Amino acid sequence: MSTQSVPRQFPIAVGSSTRPQPGPIALDQPRPAASVEFPKVSLNEICLGYRAQSGERLIALDHINLEVRAGEFLCIVGPSGCGKSTLLHLIAGLNSQTSGQILVDGNPIQGPGTDRILIFQDHGLFPWLTVGQNVEFGMKMKGVPKAERREKTQHYLRLVHLGKFENSYIHQLSGGMRQRVAIARALATEPDVLLMDEPFASLDAQTRDLLHDELERIWSQTGRTIIFVTHNVREAVRLGDRVVLLTFRPGRVKNEFPVELPRPRSLEDPTVALAARAVLDELRDEINRSLDAEYSAGVKPHIQPGVSA
Amino acid sequence: MKRALRYIIFYAGLFGLWTLLAELKIWPPYLFPTPWGVAESLYAGFVDHTYWIAIRVSMQRVLIGYGISVLLGMILGLGVASNKFLEETMGGLLVSLQSLPSICWWPLALLWFGLNQNAILFVVVMGSLLSVTLAMEDGRKQMPKIFGQAGRNLGAKGFKLFWYVLLPASLPFIVSGLKQGWAFAWRSLITAEMLYLSLGLGQVLMMGRDLNDMSAVLAVMLLIIALGYIVDGVVFKGMERHLQNKWGLAPAN
Repeated sequence: MSTQSVPRQFPIAVGSSTRPQPGPIALDQPRPAASVEFPKVSLNEICLGYRAQSGERLIALDHINLEVRAGEFLCIVGPSGCGKSTLLHLIAGLNSQTSGQILVDGNPIQGPGTDRILIFQDHGLFPWLTVGQNVEFGMKMKGVPKAERREKTQHYLRLVHLGKFENSYIHQLSGGMRQRVAIARALATEPDVLLMDEPFASLDAQTRDLLHDELERIWSQTGRTIIFVTHNVREAVRLGDRVVLLTFRPGRVKNEFPVELPRPRSLEDPTVALAARAVLDELRDEINRSLDAEYSAGVKPHIQPGVSA
Repeated sequence: MKRALRYIIFYAGLFGLWTLLAELKIWPPYLFPTPWGVAESLYAGFVDHTYWIAIRVSMQRVLIGYGISVLLGMILGLGVASNKFLEETMGGLLVSLQSLPSICWWPLALLWFGLNQNAILFVVVMGSLLSVTLAMEDGRKQMPKIFGQAGRNLGAKGFKLFWYVLLPASLPFIVSGLKQGWAFAWRSLITAEMLYLSLGLGQVLMMGRDLNDMSAVLAVMLLIIALGYIVDGVVFKGMERHLQNKWGLAPAN
């Protein structure tokens, strides 16, 4: 937080917190209780610079500090271009930051690891493999024996309600089914942390509602830590224990909003809408800044206060 | 059904024209043979095993040569695609080398390997290596980045990443290059075989010329066309169809 003011924290609380307790399911190894000393994931002073085509040196992420508890559902929102997807790629170890440290259980990460699995917006499933082979892939790379792979593949496919589609190819599935396969494939490597990069952004509204419910259920059943990136504030409040707001270029943590609404929630809950309003009020400035940058020459369509999420 | 009819009409016409010209006896039969003469030559060649042996020898050579090309081409292409220095230097060289007919390597191959099978293989490899390399380089670049990221994310690295992710992910983009490489390998082989008596189809073709037996020449030419067509139509078409089914791509035509 070098250049930022200390974020104000105000909890959004309506009713009592009835967050479901993560309970281990048959095939999952029980998760150790959250360590007192170490958060599950912590980002220390993460900076990322890059050179634009013009040769200009730009800052994408500016001193990001963030701690994520084990079992927490954290949502990151921000206008497009704030570096939220980039941040997930850094945590996944697919890119490296310019400076700062990413710790998992107190240990600095070294490149990609199957303890942190990223779910892409475009699902990134392998079209040359069947659904089952896709889910198996991570286990195969790890050298898990075939019989065990089979069993777990079936288990996780059933968890996402796709037990009957093991032998289908990806192109035969709908968009929502593909994202569920991607979730099963991620869970099958038994990661501690699920990183989700706008996974439902390209889905229709009904499918998205359904997947919100399923994700919430899977999260409560498996007790995984989830870091979920979205530009949709309503979605963030619907899903998250906490919503982190990033600023537009360079990406900084602008504010954090604990969401203490009872679960299961729904996008239509007035409480969710109310909570989203508080986040959106702050996001609006950032969106306008991003619009200023985009329409630097021409008419600027500003978002007026009071426009709902 | 209509398409089949068009085929039949076209080929029947072609065949009729050939028969007519041959029967008019404008040219002597050793310069312009009848279809029956060619059919007889084909039959005789298979019966006395000349063609069987020639086909076996030629196919063996082209498979070895093409196999080496595919292996080397994939390594080279991947190297060129993933290394900026190689791309800038070798990329240009590869493209310019493609304008060189592969048979131009023949004198060099003779001096290096002597007059033997290896010289022929060398020409075959030089004929198809560039196509495969350029196809692999292009395929690696066209392949969506997300597959590589997803693979690394799921714990694949090094050879496993190449074998289980990068190679299958780039196959739809390199299959046409592989096909082109096959066509070049086949042509280079026949050319090289014609220059050097060494069994093989190219040699049988030249033998027909030496004996003034135009029926035999045409028979072998038909064989060469048929073999090339079968491999293209069965192996590569099958591969393309298989990929289309898996990936859900629309058929290419």
